[in-house]
Amino acid sequence: MSTLTDPPKPGFRLSQLIYDTRYRSITIQVIALALIVAAFWWLGNNTVNNLNALGKDFNFGFLNSAAGYDINQKLIEYNNQMSHGRAALVGILNTLLVAFLGCIAALIIGVFVGVLRLSKNWVVSKLMAVYVEGFRNVPLLIWILLIGAVMSESMPQPREFRGENATQSMYFSDNVAVTNRGIWIPRIGFTNSVSGEEAVAPVEGAAAVASGGLDWLLVLGTLGLSLFAMRLVRQRADRIQQATGERPTTWYQRLGLLIIPVGIVLFLLGATIVSPYLKGFNFTEGIHLRNSLIALWFALSLYTGAFIAEIVRAGILAVSKGQSEAAAALGIQPSRTMNLVILPQAMRVIIPPLISQFLNLTKNSSLAIAVGYMDVRATLGGITINQTGRELEGMLLMGAFYLALSLVISGGMNYYNRSTQLAER
Amino acid sequence: MKKTVFFGALTVAGLTAGMASAATLDDVKARGSLNCGVTTGLVGFAAPDAEGVWEGFDVGVCRAVAAAIFGDPTAVEFVPTTGQTRFTALASGEIDLLARNTTWTMSRDVDLKFEFVGVNYYDGQGFLVPKALGVTSAKELDGATVCIQTGTTTELNLADFFRVNDISYEPVPIETNAEGQQQYLAGACDVYTTDASGLAATRATFENPADHVLLPEIISKEPLGPLVRHGDNEWGDIARWTLNALITAEELGVTSENIEELAATPGNNPEVNRLLGTEGELGAQLGLDADWAKNAIAAGGNYGELFDNNIGENTSIGLARGLNAQWTDGGLIYSPPFR
Repeated sequence: MSTLTDPPKPGFRLSQLIYDTRYRSITIQVIALALIVAAFWWLGNNTVNNLNALGKDFNFGFLNSAAGYDINQKLIEYNNQMSHGRAALVGILNTLLVAFLGCIAALIIGVFVGVLRLSKNWVVSKLMAVYVEGFRNVPLLIWILLIGAVMSESMPQPREFRGENATQSMYFSDNVAVTNRGIWIPRIGFTNSVSGEEAVAPVEGAAAVASGGLDWLLVLGTLGLSLFAMRLVRQRADRIQQATGERPTTWYQRLGLLIIPVGIVLFLLGATIVSPYLKGFNFTEGIHLRNSLIALWFALSLYTGAFIAEIVRAGILAVSKGQSEAAAALGIQPSRTMNLVILPQAMRVIIPPLISQFLNLTKNSSLAIAVGYMDVRATLGGITINQTGRELEGMLLMGAFYLALSLVISGGMNYYNRSTQLAER
Repeated sequence: MKKTVFFGALTVAGLTAGMASAATLDDVKARGSLNCGVTTGLVGFAAPDAEGVWEGFDVGVCRAVAAAIFGDPTAVEFVPTTGQTRFTALASGEIDLLARNTTWTMSRDVDLKFEFVGVNYYDGQGFLVPKALGVTSAKELDGATVCIQTGTTTELNLADFFRVNDISYEPVPIETNAEGQQQYLAGACDVYTTDASGLAATRATFENPADHVLLPEIISKEPLGPLVRHGDNEWGDIARWTLNALITAEELGVTSENIEELAATPGNNPEVNRLLGTEGELGAQLGLDADWAKNAIAAGGNYGELFDNNIGENTSIGLARGLNAQWTDGGLIYSPPFR
């Protein structure tokens, strides 16, 4: 019997860091980390040195100094004596407005087109294919410029509406004016406003109206309560259906709940329609949808809508054919099959790519500069940087804003995504 | 528009500012050409002609500086800049000299860290309106839609003017002069406002210039001049004295026609001799050749010739000398002596 030799002691040699697969991955990660840290240090150091060389400091004090410039579209009170910070906020709200309007319109367009592209009607499906290929294969900037140019070049000037024999007239019994400076639509004013704002007569001889935030809060609050009540009615109908198999007719209750409370609130506040009319160089009163907003909004919605249409189509095709056949076998009408069987399952496939389309749309709204829409890129990232020379600070703030906005959108959408996911058992 | 922009901005700021801190003259000489920032196109001041060669009053300054350094007025790379991009381009070192109808203001000089080397055009902000509007004064513009280039002093003057006069307006922000012209002609704005010289230059390119009028109000002082970065005084000196050489040449009667003759042999006017390098060492003091000023003047002529050939009364732009006449003729154009 020979004695057993001990297994060789696994002594650690430096070369194992490279040749031994157990250590190699760690080595690579450590080196990568060191390189990244060095790159950051180099960038930071360079920035500090060069700011010093230029004699510039790094501070955000400029946000408190007077902006000095005017902004045409403002959702909150602003004048040129307010601060750069306030101007940035006006720009942020304009970005949020166009992103919000764009996401909604793009979703509606996308769902419609995506469903219609699967239509058995040859003309309809080909028309939708032309729309999708046409819009998603031409750069967004060109669509923005094109719609902007069509608006400003082909629409009539306000002065053509003037005089006894005007060459142009307003639409919808003098309520909507389409001009090359944008579209004026009527607004709602309240004769019994509770907002505390000073009431002004829109036209001489008319009742004085005001429209403050508090009034709209009341209306929207009532609407929200109505929607909640409608949901309760539906849930009750569901319960009765579960118990008895008979679904009570609820549409008139729900319609009443929707219209009557809001109607009462509007009546109490004395809501009146204030139409735009020509005064001086431009139309006044009403809501002014500027060319820049329309061009940006339409272009963003149509462009992103084309992508969403493809996502929706893919989502629907991902639902196996057996599902619709099973629905047909159970006697569900074809029109309800889409709403009750196909779309709920397709949503699981649709939502994740939809999030990135919403993010794209939001970030693409910074192309606003092409048509002079005063978004955050134009105020904080444009005029403010230019007037104060704070490029680094302005760009960092703007980057932080877009980052935060994107994270909020994707956070919200991910929450919704989880609620539509298949609950696996 | 997320992290990448942040890092990108840092990198760009880091790399380009690194270049900027070196001596600009050495960089320019090593590169073999001058990077000069101009407008994206304003006829008379800076615009490419049919062959794509840049020409104009501001372009003349760029060419003179290039000629002073290299003896070659074509050794210029023209970088078109908008009202918004010009300062970043200069601060980052993308351009060495900015000659782009830029108004000399205190905050630009002090806070933005630039160095204005002089004034080559004394201007003021005006308003251009269609005759059909029937407006005769800027104070009648209550409620008007005004096209305005963003990132300019005119934007701030406009806000001030309307606030002081307590009238309202709707600004339409535009990026370039070409865009402003298109919007104005389409009637998307009632009024176009910028420096009066720019309005005259823009109107000259219209199909029917006579259908448009400049309102009498000039609402601001706009001394326009070339500028360089703060901190490199030697480079600033070259730009400043090249401009002064052009102005002095007109004052002394040195033109592109008689300059060869005058520079061949020292004449009996010592200031002309010093200017043209036949006497003294003014060129060496700047780190340039002795005939630097001669080359600069020969490039496009003296100040008066540049003015007359590009924007003067015999051109389509038709600007009178006015404030921009030599001080000897009652204007404000005045150069310190070459001594």
